[in-house]
Amino acid sequence: MIKLNPKLSQKLSYTLLFMATMLAIIPVLVIIFFIVKNGASSISWEFLTSMPRNGMRAGGILPAIVGTFSIVVCAIIITLPIGVCAAIYLNEYAKDNLLTRIIKLAIVNLAGVPSVVYGLFGLGIFVMFLKLGVSIIAGALTLSIMELPVIITTAKGALNSVPQSFREASLSLGVTRWQTIRYVVLPNALPGILTGAILSIARISGETAPILFTVAVFYVPNLPNSIFDQVMTLPYHLYIVSTQIPNMPKNVIYGTTLVLMMMVLTMSFVAIFGRAYFRKHRKW
Amino acid sequence: MSKIEIKNFNLYYGNFHALKDISISIEEKRITAMIGPSGCGKSTLLRSINRINDTIEGVKTEGEVNIEGVNIYNDNVDVDFLRRNVGMVFQRPNPFPISIYENVAFGLRVNRIASSKEIIDETVEKSLKSVLLWDNMKDKLHKSALTLTLEQQQRLCIARGIAVAPHIILLDEPCSSLDPVATREIEELMIRLKDDYTIVIVTHNMQQAARISQDTAFMLLGKLIEFSKTDKIFTNPSKKETDDYVSGRFG
Ligand SMILES: Nc1ncnc2c1ncn2[C@@H]1O[C@H](COP(=O)(O)OP(=O)(O)OP(=O)(O)O)[C@@H](O)[C@H]1O
Ligand SMILES: [Mg+2]
Repeated sequence: MIKLNPKLSQKLSYTLLFMATMLAIIPVLVIIFFIVKNGASSISWEFLTSMPRNGMRAGGILPAIVGTFSIVVCAIIITLPIGVCAAIYLNEYAKDNLLTRIIKLAIVNLAGVPSVVYGLFGLGIFVMFLKLGVSIIAGALTLSIMELPVIITTAKGALNSVPQSFREASLSLGVTRWQTIRYVVLPNALPGILTGAILSIARISGETAPILFTVAVFYVPNLPNSIFDQVMTLPYHLYIVSTQIPNMPKNVIYGTTLVLMMMVLTMSFVAIFGRAYFRKHRKW
Repeated sequence: MSKIEIKNFNLYYGNFHALKDISISIEEKRITAMIGPSGCGKSTLLRSINRINDTIEGVKTEGEVNIEGVNIYNDNVDVDFLRRNVGMVFQRPNPFPISIYENVAFGLRVNRIASSKEIIDETVEKSLKSVLLWDNMKDKLHKSALTLTLEQQQRLCIARGIAVAPHIILLDEPCSSLDPVATREIEELMIRLKDDYTIVIVTHNMQQAARISQDTAFMLLGKLIEFSKTDKIFTNPSKKETDDYVSGRFG
């Protein structure tokens, strides 16, 4: 075997590792570049704030933006409290027994279920069985079921990273277990919980399969009035304009993509900067 | 009557028998030191006196720990109230990442011992004075506790405990993360506090035990080998194991 000189092999491995990193991010950058290049021209105030016209080929995408926004907000209002409560139970109270282990295993595995399965489940349970119909609430509930394991997992991680020594310090002052959670553990875990939540929002904003059968429709002439209305959504609208309508102007497709992407990226950045800010300025 | 009377106390971590039939009487307003090689159960015994071991899963106990004649392992004992009476200071200073003032006020507020601002201010001042932090800190009360030196943080942790008015203070190697100068300062503080509190300290440092304590317990492998006046333990112990340990022949 040829023995490389150590200096050379050091250089070589560095180059290889660096190339692997590049390989990972270049496609993403190329995609973003293309979308921005082709989509930027169609973004205008009108595009963001008016209804589609001319069989979606002109006008704006306001109903899709409003639709996605309302589903996601409903979903997070449902998941966050439930997820945090479950995480507190699992991290702070649950004894390590068979039941707990089954629950934990289930949570890990639920996060891996394909999203179309959740979509069909939502159709069966919320739309048909509970007779919610194709509606914001049915879609939000479906997304909630899908996102709950993720929220529980990130919240549990955030709770778990609060040092045990803080808990012991609080308990040793005669503070009860619940008060310790309330005044010591939760404030310390909050930044982590919130970033997890924002990343979840970002993720579900782009989901298509779960909302396909439960809330999204091809076209509605009005904005929604209540959570029992059907709505258009960005990911589904994107699917429609790119595949279902002949003679679709390309800039509408790229514009819609850009809006969806900006929405998701903005939320991710908010999460990242929020976390950094909390770390620096934490009162806790 | 002894302040703390431990009788035939056993503790198990799951199947591991960590404390074996410990009996010991700790007197009021003295410093009692617990020494012994690493892993002999000093921390476990100390943590049994405020039942903070309860938070570890799989811990079982037998026997009694009586404080002022009441067995704290009785079912009807209010553990939170017990812990208010028996303060604890840990090996690594663990102030909360909030202001100095809020750290000391924490127990008062959360336990709803006091709600009026005057009383809280007063207690914070008194507690910081008794750990000799007040003069340096009175103008920086709203700075984060994490800006303090380790020694100051440890003093702050003692003050935080004192604020809820315990009569016993348990300290688990409180100086092990401090330099020698800071260690001496904390030792002097403990000697001052002895007049008002019953102090039990675990230490690895035999000189420290000799310098500050009146009574010393020597433990080995989960058993209490010898307990008597500190002078006697260090100059004329009655057990061979104690002699070997304090003269540095092992451990
Ligand atoms: N949570 C736990 N679960 C299982 N065993 C434990 C646990 N905590 C401590 N032990 C074991 O109990 C024994 C006594 O531990 P303890 O921490 O009381 O010793 P120590 O005398 O304080 O030692 P050190 O001087 O290193 O702090 C050790 O053998 C340790 O491994
Ligand atoms: Mg120890």
